[in-house]
Amino acid sequence: MNFDLSTPAGLMGALVPDIVLMVGAMVLMLYAAWRPESAAHQRNVGYASLVVIAVTVAAVLWFASRGLTATEGVIAVDGFRWAADVIFLLSAAATIAMGIESNPRDRIMGGESHVLVLFAAAGMMIMAASRDLMILFLGVEMMSIAVYVLAGINRGSIRSAEGALKYFLLGAFSTGFLLYGIALIYGATGTTNIAVVGERIASFALAGHAMLLIGVGLLLIGFAFKVAAVPFHMWAPDAYEGAPTPITAYMAAAVKAAAFAMFLRVWIEAFLLIDGAWFAPVWWVAAATMIVGNVVALAQRNMKRMLAYSSIVHGGYLLVAVAAGTPLGSSAFLFYAVAYTLATFGAFAVVSAVQKPGEHATPIADYDGLWSTRPWLAVGFGVCMLALLGFPIFGGAGFFAKWYVLQAALTSPRGLVPLSVVLVLTSVVSAGYYLHIVRVMFMRPRPEGAAEPATLQPLTRMVLVGSVVMLLVLGLFPGALAGWATSNAAITPPEARNPFPTVPFN
Amino acid sequence: MLAESLALSAALFTIGVVGVLTRRNAIIVFMCVELMLNAVNLSFVALSKVYGATGQVFVIFVMTVAAAEAAVGLAIIISIFRHKKSVNLQDINLLRG
Repeated sequence: MNFDLSTPAGLMGALVPDIVLMVGAMVLMLYAAWRPESAAHQRNVGYASLVVIAVTVAAVLWFASRGLTATEGVIAVDGFRWAADVIFLLSAAATIAMGIESNPRDRIMGGESHVLVLFAAAGMMIMAASRDLMILFLGVEMMSIAVYVLAGINRGSIRSAEGALKYFLLGAFSTGFLLYGIALIYGATGTTNIAVVGERIASFALAGHAMLLIGVGLLLIGFAFKVAAVPFHMWAPDAYEGAPTPITAYMAAAVKAAAFAMFLRVWIEAFLLIDGAWFAPVWWVAAATMIVGNVVALAQRNMKRMLAYSSIVHGGYLLVAVAAGTPLGSSAFLFYAVAYTLATFGAFAVVSAVQKPGEHATPIADYDGLWSTRPWLAVGFGVCMLALLGFPIFGGAGFFAKWYVLQAALTSPRGLVPLSVVLVLTSVVSAGYYLHIVRVMFMRPRPEGAAEPATLQPLTRMVLVGSVVMLLVLGLFPGALAGWATSNAAITPPEARNPFPTVPFN
Repeated sequence: MLAESLALSAALFTIGVVGVLTRRNAIIVFMCVELMLNAVNLSFVALSKVYGATGQVFVIFVMTVAAAEAAVGLAIIISIFRHKKSVNLQDINLLRG
């Protein structure tokens, strides 16, 4: 079936999974406000949210299996979109599952916390689908505004409020850059459609146009803020530390994946022909992110902050895939996003279990000798750490994720050998903090009188076991996931498209 | 007129950026962010004189989003004021490291 995006019906048809999710989220928002806040109501809203996600996933899979296409327009209907949607929705489901159990402990009684996760997921789906800078802006803001609230959802905690304020102010600041970039690109090309921007850059030889280049630069700054790339990463550790643990996992995994999905589409579809302009800045941002993130992560004594810097570092690795700017780069991104999401949710499920109820701090010292009291928890956490490190076999799919990014970098026509060397060397540095965690869990004695971590509740255990098993299985049989990533990587670069329009500016 | 409008918009945007980076009061920082967004709106309106209605449509979207963002942002500022009795960013320093 081919959707005609110039008609309202075709547009609605192409957006059915997104509309299902949004309508479900709006109905649930009313349901959440229907009854007074209580632990039971919070749980019911959470279960209903999981049902909405299941329905949306079914819709996405149905659309993906039908091999649908669409005319050129504001929405992309392609495998990349559906693949990214599945990643966002599974992250949202894991977040809600963990939230159902950890919210009462954090004294968050509002069911809205689950519904806002759905709204953020809807924004992410729009981001992955957008082929127009206007739609892209709406998607970014839908996601961001929901996540600002989620970061500060624990109103009783001053740290939560502080993290949310920092996240909000810097997020709104970065929106300004993103928008000004869009405005200047619109000024230089006369359109906001990403595909048409790419075509006009080619057909009107705009490669040296000052307005376009400043616009691309500002857009890059906006993106770098959203993916927490150095030097625009200052908000991330504070926001991650302040937010409730499931939300931190959501921010580290899904928000980052969504920003990169959008980044890749814009960069490959619109700006591939002016790679001379953005290649050096992206190169330096990627290198700085990998180096600074890894070095600062070494100094962390708080588990959540350590994982925040680790997520900054993984953003740097993904920037290498963006800099490659090839279909191989976008398939490496999809593989990486799956492996990284699994490892992140597995890790945060353990953090949520070890964290003492009612206490904010998550010192790494709490993990001393975890092996002797809760061996399976330690093993699960160890696998996730090794996956984030990119260790073969015991780290599961994490190793292949890095492998494919390196492969994309080394086969790129842009010559990314130095950046690949930086990637490998900084990965060695990252062993310093990932293996440190493994060492304290397995080799240190449990301190006298240390509190026993609470038993894992069923849904959190499901998230942890599911993530770890998937990581290990995909590590042994990466072929299926790699094939899936390759077949869904096709973002059309501008050269490959139909003959350029010969119409002059209107 | 186009060049003057774009120059004014760039000047307003720069004032907003400088304000965000130098001011210490959360409300004023937020006002500077709004100034940045409105500077962008001015660019869009000016450019839509050349290219047609797209720019004006974009302005409507930006204003809607800015309103939603203001609602959330002020709520966050209120929630921090309840804890700290201050909206000065220098007093907000629990998260470190």
